[in-house]
Amino acid sequence: MDEIREGSTEVSCDVLVIGGGTAGPMAAYRAKRRNPNMRVILLEKANVKRSGAIAMGMDGLNNAVIPGYATPEQYTKEITIANDGICDQAPVYKYASRCFEMIQELDRFGIKFQKTENGDFDVKKVHHLGSYVLPMPNGDTVKKALYRQLRREKVLISNRYMATRLLTGRNGQVAGAIAVNTRDAEFLVIRAKTVILCAGAAGRLGLPQSGYLWGTYENAANSGDGYAMAYHAGAGLANLECYQINPLIKDYNGPACAYVAGPFGGYTTNNDGNRFIECDYWSGQMIQEFYNELQSGKGPVFLKLDHLHSDTIGEIEAVLHNVERPSRGRFHQNRGTDYRERMIEMHISEIGFCSGHSASGVFVDEFARTTVTGLYAAGDMASVPHNYMLGAFTNGAVAGEHAAGFAEEIDLPDYDIGEVEREKTRVLAPTKRDDGVPPNQIEYKTRRLVNDYLQPPKVTAKMNLGRMRLAEVRDDLENRMVARDAHELMRSLEAASIIDCADMAATASLFRTESRWGFYHHRVDFPEKNNDEWFCHSILRKQDGRMTVEKRPVADYIVPIEESERSAYDRQRIRKSA
Amino acid sequence: MPIAHMPTTVPVVVDEAKCIADKGCTVCVDVCPLDVLRISDLTGKAYMKYDECWYCMPCETDCPTGAVTVNIPYLLR
Ligand SMILES: Cc1cc2nc3c(=O)[nH]c(=O)nc-3n(C[C@H](O)[C@H](O)[C@H](O)COP(=O)(O)OP(=O)(O)OC[C@H]3O[C@@H](n4cnc5c(N)ncnc54)[C@H](O)[C@@H]3O)c2cc1C
Ligand code: SF4
Ligand code: SF4
Repeated sequence: MDEIREGSTEVSCDVLVIGGGTAGPMAAYRAKRRNPNMRVILLEKANVKRSGAIAMGMDGLNNAVIPGYATPEQYTKEITIANDGICDQAPVYKYASRCFEMIQELDRFGIKFQKTENGDFDVKKVHHLGSYVLPMPNGDTVKKALYRQLRREKVLISNRYMATRLLTGRNGQVAGAIAVNTRDAEFLVIRAKTVILCAGAAGRLGLPQSGYLWGTYENAANSGDGYAMAYHAGAGLANLECYQINPLIKDYNGPACAYVAGPFGGYTTNNDGNRFIECDYWSGQMIQEFYNELQSGKGPVFLKLDHLHSDTIGEIEAVLHNVERPSRGRFHQNRGTDYRERMIEMHISEIGFCSGHSASGVFVDEFARTTVTGLYAAGDMASVPHNYMLGAFTNGAVAGEHAAGFAEEIDLPDYDIGEVEREKTRVLAPTKRDDGVPPNQIEYKTRRLVNDYLQPPKVTAKMNLGRMRLAEVRDDLENRMVARDAHELMRSLEAASIIDCADMAATASLFRTESRWGFYHHRVDFPEKNNDEWFCHSILRKQDGRMTVEKRPVADYIVPIEESERSAYDRQRIRKSA
Repeated sequence: MPIAHMPTTVPVVVDEAKCIADKGCTVCVDVCPLDVLRISDLTGKAYMKYDECWYCMPCETDCPTGAVTVNIPYLLR
């Protein structure tokens, strides 16, 4: 294993799904359900059985809109406000209207959702305004349940293939993708009528404070390849300056998690043991307060559970130490942290792109269509804000159904063989050198520069310098990087995606000359929100080989927001009462 | 410029007495999202070849004989 072979195979299909984590399997499943005669390929860099953010399952739904508890209108309003108004509501509203049906489907798959003694859904309040959090008692089985459905529907699964570039047809529409096997570097050219990108967040953008490249919040396989592929295919990417930054267990870099512990009575405090934020729901405004507290001398910040009854803590442990990031328990054990006796030190994470938690993604409409014909995106890498796991499932379903419908209407597009040859040359270049810089050093330097120059508080002069330094690393990456086996080759391709994302982060951040989304886009030289000029999306794309950004108006709201409601998320800090 | 090796202590350990890779098992290698485990040509047992671990635990959870232990990577322990 790992020796480089130089073969190449071509296959074709109706619908190609890239990324088999959360949104991807659901997209492939729904495409097949819509038309069982379709050839649907699900391409995964890792193994669909255990890939993506939900590799070890999930403890609950963070954003369930359940009749009787919340309405699509309320949810759409909350997300619009949480996202500082920059929100095309149509996809959010569609998600909110369809997600209950998805919960019922997941229930049929065997995934259970917590009910009260009366048999009602046991929905918890974590958000600032409404109640949307629903625990999943057997959340560890999500992946298995999905996998069974994929087998039943005869979705063609290709594991250990990393997609590297999309193919474009004559009129600029998508025509398929090129992938490389991560264990022998053989190429797979997949012609497709439609392609759905579900490659997850750009989780390896900033460098975790631990210095460990793999100690990320996101599944570390999510290196931002989807963002890079969409960019090189000419698709528009929305609001990339609205970074993802999360409040996490310090060093461990996983959620603690206030969504689980909150409903049991846990909360975030400063070093004095006092609350300082109103609401533990993750938003840029909340992270801004978290950052302020860390800077104020009242830090560190903690998750406080030690006031709870031992049995309650037992219940929390049963969730936190068994699903999602189950090695949490080991981490605490090493340090002698017992939730009963000691508060958990929290910190804010490195930056990433992820719409699942913030709003930085490939621009999509309410049918999950990107700006490139035939190309769809869903999950953490698509621009529907705050859409979490249930959003990945629901929008994956939307994408799968629409893509299958579109594929029924068109012929397989032609592609340019020259494009494939150029890509093969690019991919294999690091294997043709016997000397140079290995990908881990390229990646480390890129991500260290991201921390030094691009993370907020954002300073114009620093970001400009960062771009210069990154250009030097790019020169090394393109001309001096060396990969000695297929595994290192995968890492070198990931390093290329990471530096693309770093450039996009800098360019998008420099474009928006205001501050918005709390800490996510806190620009020191432009500290105020400027609705007159910047109440719009920023759309970044590749045009004539260059990175450009332009404004795009926010679509007219479907659910009106009163002036007095707009700033609800700006009021995160607990006001001192006399 | 020559490439040097930098030693690291790896987080995932395999109990060779329990590992049945020599009977054809490759489960941990198959499920790892970061693709960092391999079967050793020398010992015929699974081991961590690359120190690139998300400490996520599918390898340990899915191993049929309980041979795998995931520790927290040293830098963040
Ligand atoms: C630690 C953690 C805790 C979370 N907790 C919750 C929670 O409690 N509740 C909740 O609702 N949400 C939660 N979320 C969010 C939720 O899990 C995600 O929003 C959702 O799973 C994202 O789905 P996705 O399909 O976009 O990405 P993923 O599930 O991450 O899938 C992306 C897939 O793409 C593959 N891939 C990447 N690049 C390539 C490539 N080049 N070629 C082929 N394949 C590729 C990856 O291997 C991966 O399998 C959490 C997320 C994390 C990371
Ligand atoms: S899963 Fe367990 S038994 Fe199988 S190869 Fe890995 S360590 Fe050995
Ligand atoms: S803990 Fe996760 S990343 Fe580490 S070896 Fe096991 S499966 Fe792979």
